[in-house]
Amino acid sequence: MTGPSSNPPGATPARYLPSGDTALVVEFGDRIDRAINDRVVALDDAVHEAAIDGVVETVPTYCSLMIHYDPLRIGAAELIARIDAFGSRPAKARAGGRAWRVPVCYRGRHAPDLAEVAARTGLSPDEVVALHSGTAYHVYMIGFLPGFAYMGDVPERLSLPRRDNPRTTVPAGSVGIALAMTGIYPLESPGGWHLLGKTPIRLSDLAWPQPALFSAGDTVEFVPIDEPKFDRLRRDQDAGQRWAPVGEDAR
Amino acid sequence: MTAALKVLRGGLCTSIQDRGRPGYQAVGVPVSGALDWMSLAIANRLVGNADGEGALEILIAGPEFEVDADSVRIALAGTEASIEMLGEGATTRPAHRSVTLRRGQSFRIGRLGDTACAYLAVEGGFDLPRCLGSLSTHVRGGFGGFEGRALRPGDRLKLAREAAGERDEAEIAPPPSPDPSAPVRVVLGPQDDHFTEKAIEIFLSGDYVVSAKSDRMGLRLDGPALKHRGGADIVSDGIAPGSVQVPGNGLPIVLLADRGTTGGYPKIATVISADIPMLGRRRAGQALRFAAVDVASAESVRRAQDQALRSLLAAARPIPAVASLSVRALYDQNLISGMVDAGRD
Repeated sequence: MTGPSSNPPGATPARYLPSGDTALVVEFGDRIDRAINDRVVALDDAVHEAAIDGVVETVPTYCSLMIHYDPLRIGAAELIARIDAFGSRPAKARAGGRAWRVPVCYRGRHAPDLAEVAARTGLSPDEVVALHSGTAYHVYMIGFLPGFAYMGDVPERLSLPRRDNPRTTVPAGSVGIALAMTGIYPLESPGGWHLLGKTPIRLSDLAWPQPALFSAGDTVEFVPIDEPKFDRLRRDQDAGQRWAPVGEDAR
Repeated sequence: MTAALKVLRGGLCTSIQDRGRPGYQAVGVPVSGALDWMSLAIANRLVGNADGEGALEILIAGPEFEVDADSVRIALAGTEASIEMLGEGATTRPAHRSVTLRRGQSFRIGRLGDTACAYLAVEGGFDLPRCLGSLSTHVRGGFGGFEGRALRPGDRLKLAREAAGERDEAEIAPPPSPDPSAPVRVVLGPQDDHFTEKAIEIFLSGDYVVSAKSDRMGLRLDGPALKHRGGADIVSDGIAPGSVQVPGNGLPIVLLADRGTTGGYPKIATVISADIPMLGRRRAGQALRFAAVDVASAESVRRAQDQALRSLLAAARPIPAVASLSVRALYDQNLISGMVDAGRD
């Protein structure tokens, strides 16, 4: 993306919202929207590039960037001035997030909610799978659990609110949908999304130097696979293979 | 056999904590770390460690250990509770003062009466694998520290040193206890505009009580409920240490060390960083009020606090071996120390 990261012409100006004396929120809007999220990701890149002394880490979310900082090294006023200065010059064109093709088995025990989603949306199970896997999703943000990516936008025909009764246990690798979002549970956890399938690949591991596969700004496509392929890939993963983005050889 | 502390009792929730694992929040990994990092620094300084070394964080009720090393130097900080020696000639050793124990000695930290958390540091630290650069335990997530969990009987915590170093014990005058009636200072926002004016007024004037449901993730408060302006859901955004989030029931939760990285409830205010260690010390049932300050004041309070902590740590005094014969030391040992290594203590 090109153009000033903070305030492209015609866009809502960025709001600076202090979150105490150790974090600053730079907010670009209040809804889930690609254009808003692109500004968040662009500002995130700009902050990293600027390597501002005292900035500890950043957390890009749907509409805002949270900048965590050390108040003994930089104050809010100086930090805001530094960020504001990005607005008057074009942000460096974003190299673009990585692209991922994620294998998903949409069958049998791996797809506990597929039939219900089909029934509630008036589609056949095959149509649900075709719609869900036929879209390239944008990673808006990572949160909730290590490596949990909030991705969108799910085709409107598949849009359903969260389950009335969230599950206490969702298996690791489960691929779910809720409203316009889709995501993969990286670890076994409670969860309220509708589970359409399961991926055999590992999405996060705290032993990795970068503990999650995806980052905000990446693009993810789901590729349907059958059960034998799921089992084969799972064995490769268990043997330590790490999934690679499109265009990079698997290690 | 390598040097270790053997856990005889785990206590209510005793876990290894350091200053946390910043740097991975963008991929959803919580920071964790000591609730009261000032007391962590004091405990570490007393045994000659770096201020942020991993130590045992003890919540509410203390654990019990046996020394399985030639000797080990330990120090307790952040509480008026003592190190209670067990067995023959049971004595106590005060907090804020290092002490060296021999193989086979066992000790416990009793119930913390004055605080919710205290820190027990060992000289040289624990020999444990780091997770993303940190020894902090995230108990809910099951990672970091000792097997990602609170201590249990039978655990062996490996020590980095085989024996205590040859040097004098040290003491630090404990910092004055904070005035419990002093309000907790907050900066309003980032989502104060999601609340009615009345709600903000109530938040800043209301009497809250720390709920028993509080944990390392957050301090849950009982008290006047706060009304949102247009719903309790926001598009998920980042969470700072001390964020005061208000879910649908209107009762504020102050998010602490084990907070998640992002959340979808509006945050009416954020506790200033200088008041967070004190907040971690609050016990269930204690009263709590909030007062608003601006960011610039929060920053200057934090700088002053940091200066005060540095002076306190720099004022660590060696206790010469001979001082163990002083009236004070005898008093500390209840005058009846049968097992005490008088030459060192």
